[in-house]
Amino acid sequence: MTAEKIFKNPKNLKRRKFINSLMILLCFIAAVLTILPLLYIFIYTTQSGITALNIDFFTQLPKPVGEEGGGMANAIVGSGILICLGGLIGIPIGIMSGIYIAEYSKSFLAGAIKFTTDVLSGVPSIVVGIFAYGVVVLSMQSFSAIAGGFALGILMIPTVTKITEEMLRLVPHSLREASLALGVSRWKTTVKVVLKTASSGIITGILLAIARAAGETAPLLFTAFGNSFWQTSIDQPIAALPLQIFVYAISPYEDWHRQAWAGAFVLIFMVFIVNFLVRYVTRNKFG
Amino acid sequence: MIYEMYVDSSASIEKFGFGFIFSSHWEPVKEEFGALTFIYGTIVSSFMALLMSLPISIGVAIFLSELVHKSIRTSLSFLVEILAAIPSIIYGFWGIFVLAPFMRTTIQPFLQSVFGFLPFFQGTMYGTGLLTASIILAIMITPIITAITRDVLKAIPVAQKEAAFALGATRWEGIKMALLNARSGILGGAVLGLGRAIGETMAVTMVIGNKAQIKASFFEPAYTMASVIANEFAEASNEMQISALIEVGLILFGVTFLVNSMARLLIYSVTRNAQ
Repeated sequence: MTAEKIFKNPKNLKRRKFINSLMILLCFIAAVLTILPLLYIFIYTTQSGITALNIDFFTQLPKPVGEEGGGMANAIVGSGILICLGGLIGIPIGIMSGIYIAEYSKSFLAGAIKFTTDVLSGVPSIVVGIFAYGVVVLSMQSFSAIAGGFALGILMIPTVTKITEEMLRLVPHSLREASLALGVSRWKTTVKVVLKTASSGIITGILLAIARAAGETAPLLFTAFGNSFWQTSIDQPIAALPLQIFVYAISPYEDWHRQAWAGAFVLIFMVFIVNFLVRYVTRNKFG
Repeated sequence: MIYEMYVDSSASIEKFGFGFIFSSHWEPVKEEFGALTFIYGTIVSSFMALLMSLPISIGVAIFLSELVHKSIRTSLSFLVEILAAIPSIIYGFWGIFVLAPFMRTTIQPFLQSVFGFLPFFQGTMYGTGLLTASIILAIMITPIITAITRDVLKAIPVAQKEAAFALGATRWEGIKMALLNARSGILGGAVLGLGRAIGETMAVTMVIGNKAQIKASFFEPAYTMASVIANEFAEASNEMQISALIEVGLILFGVTFLVNSMARLLIYSVTRNAQ
């Protein structure tokens, strides 16, 4: 019918060919437009970051305004503590619900968990922060590392769950059946055979979750709160790298800006490394 | 979680009722709170971001899935993935020091000279403001929409495109057909991106200017729901303010919940048909 009319009419051909190349050109421009900011951000951060980066940055405490030097040692350690706390909460729950969804996918509960996880991954991180504030900060009557870790943990759950589920689905069914046929119980099969086979994939998922959590700022504003001194006890306010960058970035001081760029560089570098690593591991396995 | 937030904000819900959503007064000192300005800022910035990002994302997705060779495709997809993984604080930081000055000196004067007769492009040029925030948001949500559009395009059967080519269609006409078939999935991706833009906090807080006002001009500073929470929560002076801020959070949660559920349903519908 019309298709024949359109396609066979020679008058249209020139116009159609023109539209064809125009649209392909537009797609190409779109791709360039997307890559450009990435390269710009990366190069700019690297440039400003590397010049400000030195040993002091990793070993010194922040200096008061006006004094040269100082570093973010406490913030780096603080971020580490927060991520550990978050991981303690987020990783086990994430893996377990991932196992449940993948292995027991026929039950109604699994579908409900899957939907909740999907929705949870879309919840703004600041809302998670409010939740952590309500649950932990209000009941402890103080900002604390625990509250920050709690918030990060909740944010990690969806990522870990999703990857665990996907990786477990890739494990061939024959492996499970072989194990079950040997008389191994269901949960032992899951833990010792399925989980072990999928472990490298799950570990990359955990790395991704950690990289994401390390860059989170919003929920820490009123849970971990920040601190300019050494603080390692987890019921006290604690510093974190992204928080420190935020505070320094909106401050009017040139020296603080340089420090913030250095912090940004460290963060971005970490994200890159983790992503490369994940790429590398997954390619070896499934490429 | 919803319950916890409802309990914590009950004081403000009781006091202000529905007026909370429609009042534009936000004065912590007088304990008067209304969230209209923040809702306005959130909606306008997110939708503008979506408007900018959607055509570009679809273009990139087509480019990735249909046009380029496999070797370029993998590295390009990787770059787009990294774009999604950069922490938002770094976007914000870059926004303040690179994008905002660039907007002030180049983009905004240009827009004003060309479209100056429209109320959207009048007023003082600060560099920071609604437009700058929307651009940052657009950069941030592009990878998400791209990834989903690419996936739904992949789910469209190749045979369909081949049939079109066999009838003598040009490449673009083939792609257009695939796009038409994938439209509800693409819409889902767009809505998901919108949800992300609505909840984005740090980057927006840093470039939007943080001023609770509703102005027609896109150059003016504004305020979003997420950034008011970020800025005022830790130093809220009284119980009522905290309660009101939590209510803002509750609204934010409700909106993103609705938007995300919608997106998921749309995406599920396409990918299920494909299987």
